[in-house]
Amino acid sequence: MSLLNSILEQLINGLRTGSIYALIAIGYTMVYGIAKMINFAHGDIIMVGAYALYVYSSILKLPLVAAIILTVVTCSVLGIITEKIAYKPLRNAPSLAVLITAIGMSFLLQNVALLIFKATPIPFASVVNVSGIRLGSLYLSGTTLVTLGVTVIAMVALTLFVNKTKAGRAMRAVSEDRGAAELMGISVNATISLTFAIGSGLAAVAGILYISQYETLMPTLGALPGIKAFVAAVLGGIGSIPGAMFGGIILGIIESLSKAYISTQLSDAIVYGVLVVVLLVKPSGLLGKLKIEKV
Amino acid sequence: MALLEVKNLGISFGGLRAVDNLNMSLEKGSLVGLIGPNGAGKTTAFNLLTGVYRPTDGTITLEGSSIVGKTPSEICKAGIARTFQNIRLFQKMSVKDNVKAALHNQFQYSLLESICHVASYKKKEKEMDEKVMEILKVFDLDVYADTFASNLPYGKQRKLEIARALATDPKLLLLDEPAAGMNPNETAELMETIELIRKKFDITILLIEHDMKLVSGICEYLYVLNFGTELANGTPDIVLNDPKVITAYLGE
Repeated sequence: MSLLNSILEQLINGLRTGSIYALIAIGYTMVYGIAKMINFAHGDIIMVGAYALYVYSSILKLPLVAAIILTVVTCSVLGIITEKIAYKPLRNAPSLAVLITAIGMSFLLQNVALLIFKATPIPFASVVNVSGIRLGSLYLSGTTLVTLGVTVIAMVALTLFVNKTKAGRAMRAVSEDRGAAELMGISVNATISLTFAIGSGLAAVAGILYISQYETLMPTLGALPGIKAFVAAVLGGIGSIPGAMFGGIILGIIESLSKAYISTQLSDAIVYGVLVVVLLVKPSGLLGKLKIEKV
Repeated sequence: MALLEVKNLGISFGGLRAVDNLNMSLEKGSLVGLIGPNGAGKTTAFNLLTGVYRPTDGTITLEGSSIVGKTPSEICKAGIARTFQNIRLFQKMSVKDNVKAALHNQFQYSLLESICHVASYKKKEKEMDEKVMEILKVFDLDVYADTFASNLPYGKQRKLEIARALATDPKLLLLDEPAAGMNPNETAELMETIELIRKKFDITILLIEHDMKLVSGICEYLYVLNFGTELANGTPDIVLNDPKVITAYLGE
């Protein structure tokens, strides 16, 4: 009974971290689908989100709801701006140039944060004030409940948006064939901006949830979840939104189970090991479709 | 006034003059063919007309206003739609969504409306669905509405491309080799469809084609390109019997 209980507990822990990875991974995968680039600065948007929440709620003392909305807006706008100034001029450049620019953008964001907020970690108490619940012998903390709830809502909303609305249809069209979409009257620039806005907005949400869990602000806090989420996106099949959701959750669960039952130090190695194995067996990721190039 | 007026149009890629001094004038409601041997610059001409390439010289005016320098999506809004020589459908989207994506500019609702799922969003989506089905019916594609575009047979994919282009509500429709890869039956069917949409949607059509039966069967006027320049123009019976044109196609 107690073993089963502890496994369940670890599964829930994994689901919680996995949800955060999934939210971030969606940003990677959407941007990849539309702009065909890996936005390595995406992880740092999480960091910006966490600091933005700190500024709005602790320094400016805004009400929590206003602070959260402003945080999401700040990150969305930042996402649009990075695309416009850093990636848009390189749209026809070789992908290596875009990749290096994205890494540069990541360093820039980290160092601006370092300049403003200094290197000393800032303690920041969780903004989630929900009490946990007890299900039998299982305890679910408030943060866990909020994280799972928010993630489910965000994923359902995003799926509806992509499949049922005009803007979502435009996104799918651009991701399949940018040239043909543009010739059908869809503005590619507006669609790419919207994609960055949504991806960065979700990263802001992930940042808020992440900081509620770890409660310490550092300029490099986005790096690790960023890279893990990238792994999740690749694991699920980069370019596929359900793949990113699935990949994120799987990754979180593997990580938490291996931390609990195998080794805390080896957990990251196991996570990356799983990625290697999956890519060997299914190079396009779990839900990705292998593209056969006709010649 | 002509619907489309092309004057001295030209483009160079480095030292290669792909299209040079092209002049065309399309009257409203006409069905015009653009023919020429492989590599003559026909598709390049289409790419110039739709804003994919920016011309190095010359002018293109649609209903009296210049469209040179506009982006492809702006030109699409201005009223030129096209299909592609090699099919470029949104393969992983349903037949219905392919056409719906092309209705993008005709139905406006804000992001906020769609997020809140208000009545106006539902009404507009319903109107879009009706419009899509109306267009698909013309091409007998309505039974395939929920099929992935990639699962359609080849001839139907070609039709869907035309349907998608028509959904943008164009004044001028450019068809790039609509009969390529079709068997004689499919080609005959296509000729009927082209005639039908021209009347039903009241549009002007410019098409590139190698199938001379189709060209002489439905085109009212022809422009012949060879090595990027205009070789001849006129009615099909005159142009297709012109020794210059025959030489360009078959050699001396």
